[in-house]
Amino acid sequence: MFATAIIVFREVLEASLIIGILAAATRSVPNSRRWLVAGLLAGLAGAGLVAAFTDVIGSLASGIGQEIFNAIVLGIAVLMLAWHNIWMSSHGAALAKNAKSVGRNITDGNSECSILLVIVGLAVLREGSETVLFLYGIAASNDGGQSSMLLGGLIGVLAGIAVGYTLYAGLLRVPMRWFFAATGILVLLLAAGMASQAAHFLIQADLLPSLASPLWDTSAALPESGLPGMLLHSLVGYDSRPAGMQIVFYLTALFAIYIGMKWVARPRKSIHSGKGAA
Amino acid sequence: MKHLMLAALLLPLTAHADDYMLTIRDHRFQPAELIIPSGTKIKLMIENQDATPEEFDSFSLNREKVIAGHSTATIYIGPLAPGRYPFTGEFHATTAQGVIVAR
Repeated sequence: MFATAIIVFREVLEASLIIGILAAATRSVPNSRRWLVAGLLAGLAGAGLVAAFTDVIGSLASGIGQEIFNAIVLGIAVLMLAWHNIWMSSHGAALAKNAKSVGRNITDGNSECSILLVIVGLAVLREGSETVLFLYGIAASNDGGQSSMLLGGLIGVLAGIAVGYTLYAGLLRVPMRWFFAATGILVLLLAAGMASQAAHFLIQADLLPSLASPLWDTSAALPESGLPGMLLHSLVGYDSRPAGMQIVFYLTALFAIYIGMKWVARPRKSIHSGKGAA
Repeated sequence: MKHLMLAALLLPLTAHADDYMLTIRDHRFQPAELIIPSGTKIKLMIENQDATPEEFDSFSLNREKVIAGHSTATIYIGPLAPGRYPFTGEFHATTAQGVIVAR
């Protein structure tokens, strides 16, 4: 039961942390809650579909379909997180000052919401499909003890959700003047971590060279099987034995999104001079 | 990202990987110990003869892959430094255990 709980916890944790961060980051975007729930439901349905067609996906592209599928899902998620963060850099300040009236004026608030739906949906789809397969395997076997294992699965799901919710509740307590910087950095690291994971799958499929594998080994000091390593893996893409190519992807995503955020948030001279005159 | 992936797909796959085979049956790996040469990339085929899915998982190899019931999956591994690299079938970790030995 305990082993089952840990496996399910690991899968749920990643999606749960992504949702927790995104839910906090978009708290003042109008209608964001509705879109978040829609993303969650779409993701669950997608997870069921992916699980049901695992053999089909796996056999595509002469046996590396699963890696290509995961890399594409991660790639889309990175692009969406990048868009989200850059959008927030240009609208975040306005949202913070006057949520209600600004909400009506922001015409592209809906596009931000659909991005939220895609990010949440993809996170649930990717992590959920493995959970579905695992629990299906338990339910299908006849070696007894299924009910205790399924109970373990339920505990894992609840524990995963609890950690995500704790992060969400904690972020809401961050004072407003640091709030957007805090969520912005978290989303940035999330995106970089996913880029590194995408590279990991492409290396596993032999579509990318590993450059150096591993570049370093910190598995003795901070193993990914432990809770701190697990949390860091989900939050900032920590890998105890990363390939060099993963670091290339990580840093590329990190700097590209950061530059995008700085570029849209650059001070506009007219506004500042106007403020000075008043 | 997309451009990078396209570029990756166009890379010439020059390195020749040797083939190795693992079988999953009754939630156990056969052979439980697989010896491969160190310092070279290998292609590992894993055949799951069980009806239920299994996840090949190894922190030391930095690899994870779901293998559907009654199907075969391909994973590329290495080049590895000499040593022992344990792996598990995460969905049945009590019985599905093995190790890759690179020499």
